[in-house]
Amino acid sequence: MSDYVIPFFIAAVMIIGLVKKVDVFSEFTEGAKENLKAAVSVLPALVALMTAIGMFKASGALDFISAIVSPLTSFLGFPDECIPLAIIRPVSGSGALAVFESILTDVSPDSFAGRVASVIIGSTETTFYTIAVYYGITKVKKTRQALPASLAADFTGFVISALTVRIILG
Amino acid sequence: MIKWIFAIMLIISAILGAIQNKISEVSSAALNSCVEAVELCIYLTGGMCMWGGIMRVAEKSGVTDVLAKLFRPLLKHLFKGLDTSGKAFHAICMNITANLLGLGNAATPLGLEAMKRLEEEEGESEVTSRNMVLFVVLNTASITLIPTTAASLRLKHGSEAPMEILPCVLITSACALMVGLITAIIFDKGERK
Repeated sequence: MSDYVIPFFIAAVMIIGLVKKVDVFSEFTEGAKENLKAAVSVLPALVALMTAIGMFKASGALDFISAIVSPLTSFLGFPDECIPLAIIRPVSGSGALAVFESILTDVSPDSFAGRVASVIIGSTETTFYTIAVYYGITKVKKTRQALPASLAADFTGFVISALTVRIILG
Repeated sequence: MIKWIFAIMLIISAILGAIQNKISEVSSAALNSCVEAVELCIYLTGGMCMWGGIMRVAEKSGVTDVLAKLFRPLLKHLFKGLDTSGKAFHAICMNITANLLGLGNAATPLGLEAMKRLEEEEGESEVTSRNMVLFVVLNTASITLIPTTAASLRLKHGSEAPMEILPCVLITSACALMVGLITAIIFDKGERK
C-alpha cells in the first residue's frame, strides 16, 4: 500500500504542474540545485555527531548506563530487556533497529518485552540525529530548549509504552 | 548544550574504552564513523535534491497551498507569527504529511527545507527561534500513523498479530509529542522573563 504513495504523489504533482503550465523540468532542477548546496552544509555537523556516537557505542558505555539505570526502570515497570533499546533509540536509528532485532530474537514479539520494544520503535525517533541535522543546515549555535524538550518527549514515550502495553494488551 | 554533550561523549568514550579494554574498537570507531557520516550525507543529498525539485514544482503549481490550507487551522496556533502563506509554512506542511504517511526518507529532506525557510523568514541568528524548536520537537517525537517498520519486523519474528501494537503506538506518540511541545513552550516562556 505505502509503495503507491510516493510514485502517485509525484505523478499528481507533475500532472497539476503541466495543467498549470509550469516548466516542470527547469523548476525541478532549480529546486534540486538549491538543496544540493544545503546538503553540503549539513556534513560538518554530521561528521562531529556520528564520530561521537560511534566512539561512544564502541566504548561499551551503553552497557554501563544500563546497569546504572536498571533500579529506576524496574520501579517504573519497564522491562529490563528494553533498557538498551531506550538508551540507544535517541542516539542511533540503525543501532536501535539492531537492538530491536536482537530483542525479538531473544523473546517472542508477542511477549510483554517484545510488545514494549515494538511500541518504542513505532512511537519514537532518533532525537540527537534529527536535532543535529535539522540545526546543521541553519546558522543556529544555541538550540536552547530543543534537546531537553525532545528528550522529555522520548522519556515520556518509554514510560507510556510500558503502561499502554500493560493496560491495553494485558 | 550540544557543545557539552559532544565533548563529554568523546571523553567518556576514551576513558570507558580504556577501562573496559575496548580501546581498539573505540579507535577504529573514531576513524570509521566520519566516513559513515559522509556516506550518510551523500545518501541524504540524493533525497534532498529529489524532494527539493518536487517541492518546487508543487510550490509553483499550487499543490502546497492546498496542503497548507488543510493544516492551517491546527498549526497556526502552534507556530506563532509565521506567515501561513509563506514557503516555510508550506515546507512544514509537506514534512508533516510525509511523517504522517510514514515516509521517513521524504520527511527529512522536506524538514531541512523547512528549517532553511524558517531561517530565511525569521532572520539568521546564532540562537534558535521558538518556531524552529517546536518544529524540531515535532520531528523528534514520531508522528507516524502506521508503524510499518515495527510491524514488519514483528511479522518476520513470528508475531501472531503484528499490528496489535497500533493503539499503544498512537497513544504513546500523542503523549510524547504533547509533553515535548509543552516542555518547549514552558521553557520558552521561562527564559523570556
